[in-house]
Formats: sequence, C-alpha cells, structure tokens
Amino acid sequence: MTTPVVQARGIVKRYGHVTAIDHSDFELRPGEVLAVIGDNGAGKSSIVKAICGATIPDEGEILIEGKPVKFNSPIEAREMGIEIVYQNLALSPALSIADNMFTGREIRKEGWMGKYLRMLDKPAMEQFARDKLTELGLMTVQSIKQPVETLSGGQRQGVAVARAAAFATKFIIMDEPTAALGVKESRKVLELIQDVRARGIPIILISHNMPHVFEVADRIHIHRLGKRLCTIDPKDYTMSDAVAFMTGAKEPPAQDVA
Amino acid sequence: MSNTSTSAQKGQDFEKTLDQSDTKVASFEVKHHTLLERIQHLLHNNPTLVPVIVLIISLIAFGLIAGGKFFSAFNLSLILQQVSIIGILAAAQSLIILTAGIDLSVAAIMVLMSVVMGNLAVFSGVPSGIAIIIGLAGGVGAGVMNGWFITKVKLPPFITTLGTWSIFYALLLWLSGAQSIRGQDIDAEAPFLKFFGATFNLGGARITLSALLMIVVFVVLWYMLNKTAWGRHVYAIGDDKEAADMSGIRTDRTLLSVYGLAGFVCALAGWASIGRVGSISPQSFYEGNLDSITAVVIGGISLFGGRGSIMGALFGALIVGVFRSGLRLSGVDVLWQVFAIGWLIIIAVAIDQWIRRVSA
Repeated sequence: MTTPVVQARGIVKRYGHVTAIDHSDFELRPGEVLAVIGDNGAGKSSIVKAICGATIPDEGEILIEGKPVKFNSPIEAREMGIEIVYQNLALSPALSIADNMFTGREIRKEGWMGKYLRMLDKPAMEQFARDKLTELGLMTVQSIKQPVETLSGGQRQGVAVARAAAFATKFIIMDEPTAALGVKESRKVLELIQDVRARGIPIILISHNMPHVFEVADRIHIHRLGKRLCTIDPKDYTMSDAVAFMTGAKEPPAQDVA
Repeated sequence: MSNTSTSAQKGQDFEKTLDQSDTKVASFEVKHHTLLERIQHLLHNNPTLVPVIVLIISLIAFGLIAGGKFFSAFNLSLILQQVSIIGILAAAQSLIILTAGIDLSVAAIMVLMSVVMGNLAVFSGVPSGIAIIIGLAGGVGAGVMNGWFITKVKLPPFITTLGTWSIFYALLLWLSGAQSIRGQDIDAEAPFLKFFGATFNLGGARITLSALLMIVVFVVLWYMLNKTAWGRHVYAIGDDKEAADMSGIRTDRTLLSVYGLAGFVCALAGWASIGRVGSISPQSFYEGNLDSITAVVIGGISLFGGRGSIMGALFGALIVGVFRSGLRLSGVDVLWQVFAIGWLIIIAVAIDQWIRRVSA
C-alpha cells in the first residue's frame, strides 16, 4: 500500500478535564477526498486542528508522508504545503484579491528594489492570482485589484479555495466550506473540490452537509466521542447509515471499525 | 448516489433544476447608480480624496476671505512649519490607527525623548549625535513597551497608552525637574539638537527642515505601507486581525514592529521639536496626542482600522493648519478656530461612516 499522506496515531488532547481527542487515529490517502463527519462536539474539528498545528496534541504521533512531524503553529504546517480553508474565510475584506492570495508569502521584486527596499512585485502577484482564478474557472470578477468585500460569498470562498489550491503541495483542509453559501455557490465550491482532487491534491473536508459529503468524498471518517469510530466508503452505505453511526444509533460494521 | 462520477457532473437530485434557474443571480447585477452612490463608491476606493478636496476648498475659501496675505509664500510656508511637528506625530498615530489601535502616548514619548536628548547633550556632555541616537532608541523602546502590553499582555491599546501616557509624562517631569532647557544653553552646548530648526529660502518662502522632515517621513511610511509585504500586513491586521492570523501573518510580531516604529517616529518628532520650538520644554505639546488623532481622523483614516491612506493624515494636519491660519488672518477669535476644528472632526468621521456603508 502507498504511504498515507497523513497518518495520526493515538492523538490525545485534553482541556482541563474535558477530553477533546481521546486516543484517536486519522488517515488521509494520496489523491482522495476524505470527509470528516461527526455530531456537534464529537471533536472532528479538534482532530483536524491537531493535524495542521492549530492545536498541539498532548499525546500521539503524526506522520506526514511517513515522516513524523510536530507543528507548533499553522504557519509551520503551511510552510510544508498544507493549506486550510476556514469556514469564516480568513480573508481581509479591504484588501484586493491579489493581496489576499499572497498574504504572508508576498513576492518581492527582483534586484535591489526587492532586496533592500523590499518592494513587492505587484504585477507578478496579480498575474499569478489571475492565472489561478482562471484555472479554477473563477474569473468572473471584474478586476483582480477589487477589494474582497465587494465579492459575493461564493466568490470569496472561491478566492479562498484558489489560494489554498495554488499553494498546497501536500493537502488541503476545508472546514465547512459550504456552510455559509447558497445552493448555487455550494455547487461551485463542490466543483472546485473535484477540480483540486483532479490535480492530485488530497482534501480533508469537514462538513455537516450529508448530500455534499456523499457526493464528493472517496472515504468518510466518522468521528464519535473524541475518536475515530470507523471509516466507510460512501458507495456502500446510505446517508442514514452514516448519521446512525455518527449518533450512536447503530453500531458500525466490524470490518470498517478503525 | 452510488456513482460519484455522474453525480459529480449533475450534482444532487434537488439541484437538477439549477440549469434552468435564473442566471441573472449569478452574474453581476447592473444596477443604476445614482450620482450620490457613485460618489460614495469613488470615495470608498480613494479614501484620501475627501481630505484633498477639503484642503483645496479651504485654501480657496480662505484665499477669498483673507485675501493676498493668506496666499503669500511666507504664510503658506509658515503653515507648513507650524504643522510639521504635529504632522510627524500624526504619521506615527496613523500607523497605530491603521492597525485598529490608538496611541494616546505619542506626544509624551516625543517630549520625553527630547528631554532625554537635551539632558544628555546639554548637561552630561554626551556628543549630540550620540544623545540623539539614544533618544531615538528610547523612542523605539517606549513604543515596543506599548506594543508588548498590547500583544503579550493582551491589553486594549486605549488602556495601555492611557497608562503609558501618564508614565512617560511623569518620567519626563522627573528627568527635566519640570524645568525647560533654555535655547541659549542648547546653542552653546549642542547646537546640532536644533538641526531641524534651520531654514532655507525657496522663492520667498522660508522652509524649515522640520517641514521637509515631515514630508520625508510621510513619503517613507507611505512606501512601506503600500509597497512592502509588511505594509499589507498592517492593513490586514487593522481590517480583521483574526483573519490575518489565519492567513499566516505573524500578527503579534507585526504589531510590535508597528508600535516600535511609531515610537521611533515620535522620538524623531522630539528631535525636530527642539529646532522648531528653540528650547526643550516639558510642558510643550501637552495636547499633541489629541492633535495627532485629529489630523488622522480629518485625513480620512478610519478609527476602526485597515482603511485610509497615511497621506490622508498629512492632508489632515495641513487642513488644521490652514483653518487656524485662515481664521486668524480673517480676524476670527481663537475660540472659533477650536470650534471649527471640532466640527471638522465630527464631519470627517460621519463621512467615514457613510463611505463604509457602501454597497457593492
């Protein structure tokens, strides 16, 4: 079997006497869309945060492409090529699309202007942003220089996804990317997810929306009471099965139990 | 549901009718904009336009009211000279306000560092150049202290700088013994401290170096804010700190650098003020904090952070100077100057609120 992109074993995270993650495992395989579902408070966000460095687990080990890692912040994860699309977007409304795509990794001009005066290479950044948005079929915005606050919710999510897709080399985490969107905009984001997968970049999709999960996911990680309950193939089960496993109404089949 | 590849193309069952749905929703609605809405949009995209227009209108108005003496090269250069110190302070204040903070201690840092420079150079026999470097470094230290309380102890900027205002003010009274350092003593011991008080002639106008310094400070900071990654981060933090954090900006480090830089600029203003005033007085510029905020606000920089250009603060400081000079030359009592500035502030903030309500 090929090495998993992410493999986490026995992750534990406690807050006081609340155990958010209870000896949980996690696995993301190359090229797949792995959906993470679970009831509210099951700890699905916690486990994903532990993987990208947003929280530091108390116990357990995380391997990325077979190599053990210990992230102290999401910035370190990002430097390894792990991108996160947040539910609340993480875009700066007053800055332009191009500025937003490059926050924290701006391109400087070549030569002394960039080296000593630290001048940004705006044309290069704008060109890159334009290319990436066009690649993902998002070039409906009037200008790459327009502030993000003038975009619709779906367009903003598009910018966030494009940013992640442009810089991710390992995998992308998407936390409820369709939660705040309308039907049409959600459809666009789902298409984007499939586009990104088609380029071979695996995605971890945290979502509450069962139809969306069953549509795009290759495997579904079901989280319950702080740990991985099982991983199922969406082709073998129905949405009501998944909800039943997730809420504990039904025991998962033995062969799928993590 | 069983076949992901076809469902990927068609989407969910309930979405099948999407193909026939009204496509107008997805495209940009071409709405008829009224003239007012267009102006609102224009100002939203160019926030410095308001202070520029106000400056031009007030220049014309006072030129008509006060006549030739207002427009004389002498008077215009006098205005420039008078606003130079508050202008430099406003540049420092702009940096802070762009991050959605506020700094009530700018003038206290400035006067404290001018006292430090004066004490060292005039009384302790330290060479002027070294005294100035120590003063500038002290400014950075004072700014970093503000920044440390704000980023590490997580205190609100308003409270932090309200506290350090008193602390710095007490320190400067202690260091100076509440006594001014006389101009003659500075001339005798350390004339270099008065460097920025020097003037040169330019077509009948007497330009002081402090006015030139003010313009240089603004141009350099404008460059840093608009042409470097650091500047974009400053705007992003002021816009939405949490989002900036999540998009990988080291926000605390950036904020610390902003406060440190602002402290440096204040100390620079302290040096320039020695030349401008001619002596070092612990009681001078007591209202400098509020005057700097006034210039920033009139300059169209949003107190909520992330919006506005630092050049606005320069125009804001000039507008205040033009109003003061124009009203004085028109023979209006000083109290009405203060009255007019008060209205300017309120109108500027009201316009800012209106611009922010722009709809796409």
